[in-house]
Amino acid sequence: MSMIRDMMPGFELFQPATAQDAVALLERYGDDAWALAGGLDTFDWLKDRIKRPRAVVDLGAIESLRGVRAAAGGGLEIGAMTTLTEVSRDASVKESYALLAKAAGLVATPQIRNQGTIGGNVCQDTRCWYYRGGWPCYRAGGNICYADTPASMNREHCVFGASRCVAVNPSDTAGALVALDASMVVLGRGGEKVVKAEEFFIGPAVDITRMTVLRPGEMLTAIRLPAEWAGAHYYFEKARDRQSWDFALVSVAAAMKVEGGTVRDVRLVANSVAPYPMRLKAAEAQVRGKTVDERVAQSAGDIAVRGARPLHQNSFKVPLMRNLVRRAVREATATTTA
Amino acid sequence: MARTYHGTNYTPPDHYAKVTGRARYAEDWRADGMLFAKCMLSPMPHCRVRGKIDATAALAMPGVHAILTQEDLPEHDPLDETCVTNEPLFEGQAILAVAADSEWIAADAIEKIKVDLEPLPFALDPLDSLRPGGPNARRDGNVIVRDTPSEPGKPPKNVVKEQKWTADAFAAAGGARLPDGEAHVEWAIGDVGKGFEEADFVIDRPLYHQSNTHHPLEPRSCMAYWQGGKLFLYPSTQSITITHAVTAASLGVQPQDYVLICEFCGGGFGSKIIGTVNMPIPALLAKKTGRPVMHRVSRYEENYMGRARTGFQAQAKMGFRKDGRLVALDLYLVQDNGPYSIQSDMNSAGAVASLSYQPVNMRFRAVSVLTNTPPRFAQRAPGGAQITAMLEPLLDAAAEKLGVDRLEMRRINAPDSSSKFDGNQGPLTSALVREAIDKTKTLVDWDNVKKLSRQKKGTKVTGVGVALSSYTAGALGFDGLMVLRPDGKLELHTGVGNLGTHSFSDTARTAAEVLDFPWEKVELIWGNTSKGLPWTSVQAGSMTTHSATRAIHAASMDLKKKLQEIAAKDLGGSPDAYEVSNERVHRKGAPGSGMTLAKAAERAIALGGKFDGHELPEDINPYTKGGAQVVVGKGAVGVAKDNYERAGSIYSFVVGFARVEIDTETGDVEIMDYAAVTDCGRVMNPRSLAAQLHGGAIQGFGMALGQKWIFDPQWGQSFTHRFYSARPPSILDVPSVLKADFVNVPDPHTPVGAKGIGEPPIGAGEAALVCAISDALGGHQFGRTPIMLDMILNALEGRPDYYQPFTTLT
Repeated sequence: MSMIRDMMPGFELFQPATAQDAVALLERYGDDAWALAGGLDTFDWLKDRIKRPRAVVDLGAIESLRGVRAAAGGGLEIGAMTTLTEVSRDASVKESYALLAKAAGLVATPQIRNQGTIGGNVCQDTRCWYYRGGWPCYRAGGNICYADTPASMNREHCVFGASRCVAVNPSDTAGALVALDASMVVLGRGGEKVVKAEEFFIGPAVDITRMTVLRPGEMLTAIRLPAEWAGAHYYFEKARDRQSWDFALVSVAAAMKVEGGTVRDVRLVANSVAPYPMRLKAAEAQVRGKTVDERVAQSAGDIAVRGARPLHQNSFKVPLMRNLVRRAVREATATTTA
Repeated sequence: MARTYHGTNYTPPDHYAKVTGRARYAEDWRADGMLFAKCMLSPMPHCRVRGKIDATAALAMPGVHAILTQEDLPEHDPLDETCVTNEPLFEGQAILAVAADSEWIAADAIEKIKVDLEPLPFALDPLDSLRPGGPNARRDGNVIVRDTPSEPGKPPKNVVKEQKWTADAFAAAGGARLPDGEAHVEWAIGDVGKGFEEADFVIDRPLYHQSNTHHPLEPRSCMAYWQGGKLFLYPSTQSITITHAVTAASLGVQPQDYVLICEFCGGGFGSKIIGTVNMPIPALLAKKTGRPVMHRVSRYEENYMGRARTGFQAQAKMGFRKDGRLVALDLYLVQDNGPYSIQSDMNSAGAVASLSYQPVNMRFRAVSVLTNTPPRFAQRAPGGAQITAMLEPLLDAAAEKLGVDRLEMRRINAPDSSSKFDGNQGPLTSALVREAIDKTKTLVDWDNVKKLSRQKKGTKVTGVGVALSSYTAGALGFDGLMVLRPDGKLELHTGVGNLGTHSFSDTARTAAEVLDFPWEKVELIWGNTSKGLPWTSVQAGSMTTHSATRAIHAASMDLKKKLQEIAAKDLGGSPDAYEVSNERVHRKGAPGSGMTLAKAAERAIALGGKFDGHELPEDINPYTKGGAQVVVGKGAVGVAKDNYERAGSIYSFVVGFARVEIDTETGDVEIMDYAAVTDCGRVMNPRSLAAQLHGGAIQGFGMALGQKWIFDPQWGQSFTHRFYSARPPSILDVPSVLKADFVNVPDPHTPVGAKGIGEPPIGAGEAALVCAISDALGGHQFGRTPIMLDMILNALEGRPDYYQPFTTLT
């Protein structure tokens, strides 16, 4: 354990004005670089002297990373440095993608939403307290998971997708973005590439040290919301221990296209149950093409949690997730489009 | 008509400084050449330094000035917690401190210090430590007891011992109830066995209440410097004069060579009653370096260096008559004491249980077990809040079984002003609990609101809960000090610390009432021991309002008497022929006669002797005699000890009411309504009183719903060390409107009629909420706090939980 906390060690601070300059800096310092957005994930790591980058690249001065605009080819593009408050209040987001506005509006507290960005929220590291406490676990490069023993404190950990590490993706907006079939714009050495949100988030089986596909030298610049899912039926709910300043125990995001009472298409996602926002494809299949009634909702919930493998303190996440999926299916159908 | 100040809202004298940011808290102080201190914290729950600490490389760094280790400390009792130690007894305890030009340099320097730490066995769970072969928190034992010495007249001494309960006792209990092991504290009222025989309904439950950190908004930062051989200390402390008097030894000074300044304290909740354990860090480093030193404490460090409430593992057996009367209570508490001095939560819990429910027969047993977790200290209603939240739900279970209305259940068992309580069955000054229950009934429209109990609407189910909370409410025997100056101002010196409750100025208004003097012309002197302060109670245990109004009343009466004597000397007649009002001392019934108080103050200086403080009363505390030197010759001095009679213990009472909605699909609890009604004697400051009732309740909601410690049992490491993970409630977790009402009848055993109110609101809030949750769940009781979403959902779904009845720190 670190014997001194709450005091950042020294680093070199860069404040580039363009995304290209930021990427050049990130590439120059490689593993020793740290991209800083709103700072709400960053400063814990730095103040606890656990992550010790040589260079911090503050993205706050890059104007092109801010704001919500119409995307070429329809839909919306949200700059990665747009604050969560701006995302939750933006008229066009609220009108066409109320799912994301709702999820962004439930993050932490008003103060944190004013400071935190959408890019930072989706790129944030896991909140596993063993890992964040500086324990030398798998994710930190060690060879043990402290959260997965018969005595571990793992009420908040995963019920799906464990692979040595049992941490969860804590982001509220990540699940909403996967449900909306968003695309993530990544800038790196080779230029820009666009990755589907569903593929952007990765589990420990793919790379145990990272939560997303971003590699050293790369950064998220924008998020694109497709026209295809604009104005669909939505549902988002976050179960948590406190009404503010809490990560989800389970969150569920649903987007549905309903025609004449029949579900033409649906995307269902649960987060904080796995190391990545988890698409619930079997539950989607149970709902797609059907007229939603209580029986359909019930069975979608049951199917969604099939295969869950709770740890010794978190079996409650199974009924919680099941109930939230049922409710999402029930309520999304009932809600009118924005 | 004489002026009345108590009972009305007003703007306290620190208000503008607070809202404009001019108020200086400990961390805001700066001094020329000031250095910063930073601590190396223990990474283990129990370890010791092996060999020598090697700070050569650190001290060689530019900007590093000094290191403080255990060897630098003044002599102390080996049982005492010290600001730095070679044998940390909890994770996060300071091993050493470094003073440097900046915290940044100090932190880098600490990383260069070589310390070899030997891990030692540790204990986190009191019951586990009581098991045969269980771990001990200290090398010298696992329990702490107060030994009464055989020689009469000697004070009791705290002793660490090793104690294990028998394997047979554990086997007989079987994990589902508390083993019947040997207790250290035991008393009884009547015959509890006989009581249970008379009972129509008996309930017997294992119970658990968590430990939790105080977490005042202001951490315990402290700045210090030495000047002319005197120590100037700027800590964050609840109390002023007692902190000043009691902590001098740990700082290596005499009180007269030590000035303590703390005009604003950002809360303490009991964690800063007599200063803080880290105060010697800046003081001793300042002495070593000859420069001012600031020790800023971060939220993370506050979790460890700050204090915490004791937890309880308990067994409670209650026997009720058909009519709801509690005829027998058998209570056994295992107290999680932390690693240091013995805490009296358990004793207070026994007293409160016997007071609130007036059991006809009662047996109380308790044992205090040491653990390697952050040190415990009184936290708002220590013992009272825990026992109220633990026992109130059992009253509900009995009420349901016996078909008694729940508010009526409290009334049937409530104390009144003639009641006796505690093991010694002592008397009370006043207890208007039934009046408070009546007011609650009206305020919340109980007869209608209780019909909402267990009503379902969609996925939401409603629960309502009520609770009675009681706690001590005042000390006595302290001193008051004031001087009426020739400029016509009344300079009132108060030793009351400004811990955020307004009591430091509410109590001063007593002087304006007694002297019928405009409050606007009272200059309040507080928070700086160089300005001359009287001996005053601690600002804790709800003692201040009661004790300081008594002392200030006594000093005001002294001043009044002197003014009457001065008038009689100058204008003839007897002193009794004069009275004081409207800034004059005049003949009774002739307000325009006599002389102005400004003139009387001038005369007091001319007369000297007792009139201007050259002669002081014999019976005042030596501390007050020292403080009074500042006002000698400055005007007409009022100074006296509170010698008012008081026959009985003084307690205040709060009845809490909560209404919740639980989402049956998620286990989420929403607090829809909260109301609190108090009997705390005469109301001093209605706005501040409501804030105490509601602020305390919100703190109680935190204990009911989420505030707890989580430790990895294998490594003894804590995870709940910041605001996010410690989960105190935020303003978004409570209803926007909270209700309050007051009985507002003066206590007859004190001149002003006021009883304290800081403590009981927390237990009322916590217990009412626990009861409301249980009600919404059809009477399901968890027997533990906090009640979190997973527990509720598992209960609703009929699924097993991961914890056992006495599982701690999870």
